[in-house]
Amino acid sequence: MSAYSVTEPSRASKSIAAVLVVVYAIITLLPLLWIISTGFKSGPDSISYPPRVLFEPSLEGYVNLFTTRTRIGAEQFAALPPPETWYDKIVRQSGTVIAGQSRFGERFMNSVIIGFGSTALSIFLGTLAAYAFSRFKVPLKDDLLFFILSTRMMPPIAVAIPIYLMYRELGLSDTHLGMILLYTAVNISLAVWLLKGFIDEIPREYEEAALIDGYTRFQAFRKVVLPQAATGIASTAIFCLIFAWNEYAFAVLLTSGNAQTAPPFIPTIIGVGGQDWPAVAAGATLFLLPVMIFTILLRKHLLRGITFGAVRK
Amino acid sequence: MAEIVIRNLRKEFGAFTAVQGSSFTVRDGEFFMLLGPSGCGKTTTLRMIAGLELPTSGEILMDGEDVSQRPASQRDIAMVFQMFALYPHMNVRRNISYPLVSQGVPRAQVQAKVAEVARILGITDILDKPVGGLSGGDRQRVALGRAIVRNPKAFMMDEPLGALDAEFREHMAEELRALHDRMGATTVYVTHDQLEAMQMGDKIVVMNHGVVEQFGTPQEIYDHPATLFVADFIGSPSMNFLRFRGAVQGGDASVQLGGVTIATPELQQEASPRDLVLGVRPEHVVLSDAAAYRGRILASEYLGTSQIITLDCAHGMVKARAPSGQAVRTGDTVGLSFRASTLALFDAGSGQAFRTAANAGVFHG
Repeated sequence: MSAYSVTEPSRASKSIAAVLVVVYAIITLLPLLWIISTGFKSGPDSISYPPRVLFEPSLEGYVNLFTTRTRIGAEQFAALPPPETWYDKIVRQSGTVIAGQSRFGERFMNSVIIGFGSTALSIFLGTLAAYAFSRFKVPLKDDLLFFILSTRMMPPIAVAIPIYLMYRELGLSDTHLGMILLYTAVNISLAVWLLKGFIDEIPREYEEAALIDGYTRFQAFRKVVLPQAATGIASTAIFCLIFAWNEYAFAVLLTSGNAQTAPPFIPTIIGVGGQDWPAVAAGATLFLLPVMIFTILLRKHLLRGITFGAVRK
Repeated sequence: MAEIVIRNLRKEFGAFTAVQGSSFTVRDGEFFMLLGPSGCGKTTTLRMIAGLELPTSGEILMDGEDVSQRPASQRDIAMVFQMFALYPHMNVRRNISYPLVSQGVPRAQVQAKVAEVARILGITDILDKPVGGLSGGDRQRVALGRAIVRNPKAFMMDEPLGALDAEFREHMAEELRALHDRMGATTVYVTHDQLEAMQMGDKIVVMNHGVVEQFGTPQEIYDHPATLFVADFIGSPSMNFLRFRGAVQGGDASVQLGGVTIATPELQQEASPRDLVLGVRPEHVVLSDAAAYRGRILASEYLGTSQIITLDCAHGMVKARAPSGQAVRTGDTVGLSFRASTLALFDAGSGQAFRTAANAGVFHG
C-alpha cells in the first residue's frame, strides 16, 4: 500500500480547500451577519461610527417593524398608566406610544402566498410541459422550446408597460392571482428547460416497464417519473421561489393596497418616523427566513442521487 | 399462456421502415427467438408485440384476438428489459410486487406471491434491499421476478443477458431456459447472439433490414439456410461461399465448379446462366488427396477438439473444420470434397437459396 492515493486528495490540498471555503463563507455571510445584528441594535447603535460590533441587544427594531407609533405631548405622556407589556415598554423609551399594527405581517403573508403559489404553479405546469417535450412527438418541438426560452432573453421589466395596461384592463392589478400568474409566466421558461433536462436523463425503460406492468401513462408518470425527477423538481422549485420572492420592480408597479409583497414594503419603513435602520434590518432578516427554510428542507433532495446504480449504462 | 400470430406487421418511423411486412407464429408455450444484427428490426418487432410501439399496419393476434392497436397496459404481457429497468426508488420486494399492485390484488396475496417468486429465483434474502446495490445477476433475477409474478399471456425479453458478464451469461441462459421449461410460458426473446438463439430457442426468426429472412427451428435454420444472409449470420465460422457462374436445370444433382463436378442435393428449380454461390459449412468440407477440387492451405487454428483450416481455392477462401489430430502443413495443396447432401445453392443476385430435395420441406414460402 502506498501512502499516496490517486483518488483521495492529500491532507494539504484538503486543508487548503477548507481554508478557501471558510474565507468564501465569511465574505458571503458578512452582509447577512451585518443585517441580522443591525436588527437587534438600538437606533443610535445602528448609526454609530465606527460601527459597534459588540452592543446591547434590543428588540426595538422588531417592535417598530410590527407597529405604528405616535408621539404625544409631555403631559399626556406623563399621565399614561405604566406600560403593560414588554413592547409597550420598549416603545415608551423613545418617547412614543403604540398607535396600531403596521402592515408588515400582511405584506409578508402576501409574499408567502404569491411566492409559494407561483412556485407551485410553475412547477406543476413546467413538469407536465417538460415531460411532454421530453417524451412525446410535439410538432415544432425545437421551435416551441426556443420560443419558450426567448422570453428569458430580455429583462422581464422591459414589458412592464404592456403588462401594466393589460392588468388594468383585466382587473388583475394589485391582486394575488395577478402576481402569481405574472411570476409563473416569468418562471415557466426556466422551469420547462431545467426540468426537461432532468426528465431526459430518466431512462424511458422505467415508464415502459410500468406500462407493461399494467399502469396507464399518467400513472407511470406520477409513480415512476416524478419520484425520479424529485431532485430536479426540488432545485427548480428553489430557483423559482427565489425569483418570485425577491422580485421588486413588478411588485412596486402592480401592487399597492391589497397584494403588495414585502420587498416594496420594507423600504417604506424608512419614511416612518425617521430612518429606522433597525426596523429595516429586522424586516430584511425575517424576509430571508422562508427561502432559507425552504432550501434547507429540500437540501436532502438536492444532494441525493437517487437513481444511482439502478440502470446499467 | 397464448399463441401469438404476427401478420404482415409493418412499422415506419417517418421515411425509415424499421419492419417491413413480418409474418410468423409463436405457438403456445414456445421459446421463440428474434435473431438478427443490430438495426434489423427485431427489437421494434418485440416492442410492437408488447404494445410499446403501435404498428403502422398489420395484425398481432393473441389467442385469435387482434391487439395491435391496444396500449401495453391492456395486453397482459410481461417484459424483461436489457437494462432491467428496475424501479430505482423501490426495494426488491416492491419492484416485484408492483405489477400485482396495479391489478388491485389484495395485500396478503401479493406478499404470498412475491415470496413464492423469490423462492423460485433464489432471491429471498435480498427482498428488502434497495435495487441500487445489487449485482448484475441479482438485478436480472429481480427483473425476471417482476415478469413472472403475475401470470401474463406471454413474456417479452429484450436481450436480457446482454448486460451480464460472458461467464455469468451462460449460467443465466441455463437458468432462463429451465425457468421456461418449468412454467411453459410463451416467450419471445430478442438477441443478436446466434449461439444464444441456437442454444435456447425452440424456434428462431432471423431478421435483417426489417425483413424476416427465415423462420424455423434452430436445426432447420442451421442446416438449410434460406438466404445468403442467414447462411453467413448463423454458425461460427460461418458457411463458406464458393462463387461461380453457371446455369441450373430442374433435376440436376451437381454443379460445375471450374470444370470439377460437385454433387449437390437434387435441384427443384431452374435458372438461366447467372452468378451463383455454393454454400458449404466448414464441418462438411473433407480434406482428401483424391478429390479433384484443389485448394492451398493458408493457415490452421487449433481449437482443442478440432482445428479450423483456411484454404485458398479458385472460387474463394474455404474454412474446413477437421479433427485436431489431422496433420496439415501450411502451403500444401490438397483436395477438398464436400458432403453432397449438406450443400446449398444460392442465387447471388437475389440471395435466395434454390429449392432442393434436401431443403424443400423446411421453407415456409
